[in-house]
Amino acid sequence: MEKESIEVFISSLSNFYRQIGAAEVSVGVPYLLDSSQTVASDFTGIIGISGKRRGCVYFSCPKAMLSYLLMSIGETEVTTEHLCDMVGEIANTIAGNARQEFGAEFMISVPVVVQGIPENIHLPENTRCVVIPTKWKSYQSAIVVALE
Amino acid sequence: MSPTVKRLMIVDDSMIVRRRIKRGHGLENFTVVGTASDGEQAIALARQTNPDLITIDLTMPNMDGIDAIPLLVDACPDARILVVSALSDKATAIDALSRGAQGFLCKPFTDEELQQALQELAED
Repeated sequence: MEKESIEVFISSLSNFYRQIGAAEVSVGVPYLLDSSQTVASDFTGIIGISGKRRGCVYFSCPKAMLSYLLMSIGETEVTTEHLCDMVGEIANTIAGNARQEFGAEFMISVPVVVQGIPENIHLPENTRCVVIPTKWKSYQSAIVVALE
Repeated sequence: MSPTVKRLMIVDDSMIVRRRIKRGHGLENFTVVGTASDGEQAIALARQTNPDLITIDLTMPNMDGIDAIPLLVDACPDARILVVSALSDKATAIDALSRGAQGFLCKPFTDEELQQALQELAED
C-alpha cells in the first residue's frame, strides 16, 4: 500500500478527533501485519470495502477510550450499545472520509462491530495488511487497513 | 411575531449520531418530530410526520440514503433534505443533490456546522 493511502486514513482519524474537540491524536509508525497475527482491543468496528479496492478497514480500541469519547460528545449514558455504536461510527467516518481521496468507487459497508478480543480476525486473502498504531491521551488504538 | 417552528426528522443508523443531532441543533425554532434508522423507516415516518427538514445519512442498512432521497421527495415534496454523511467525495455529494437533497454536511461535524447547515436550509 502506498504511503499516500496510509496518510488518508491517518488524516481521517485526526479529523474525527479534531471535530469532536478532542486533543490531537498521535500516530505511531505503521507496520505490516502477518495474516496469522491479530491486532484487536475491547471493541472493533469493521468496514468492508468493495468496488475498485477490495478488503476491509477496521478500528479497534479499549472500552475506557470509547467511554471517554462518548462523554466528550455529551453522552451521559455509557452502555454496551453506546460503545458498539461509537466504535462503528468511528470506523465508518475513517473509511467514509477516505473517499475524498479514493473516490466514489471506494465503496464501504455499514459497520460490523465485534466486542471482546477475538483469537483471530480473518482478513481477506490476497491483501496487504497495514496496522496504523494511534494514541489518544493514554489510550492505544489502531486502524488496520487490508486492501488488495 | 415568533418565527414558525420547523419540524425536523433525523435519519441515521447510528443512535449516537441521531442523539447528537437532536441535542446539537440547538435552534429554538426547530422541533424534532421523529427519528429513523434506515431509509425504509424514514419514508414511513415522513408520511406520518410531514417534516419541514430531514437530515439523512447515506450508508445505512436495508435502504441507504441515496435510494431513500427521491422517495422522501415524493412523500414530502416541500421538505428540505440535508445529507449528513462521512462519504466525503464530490461525486456522492452531487449524486445526492441531483436526487433531491438541498445540502450536504460531512461527518464528523461540530454543533456550529450543524446549526449553520440547518439554518441555511430553513431560510432558503
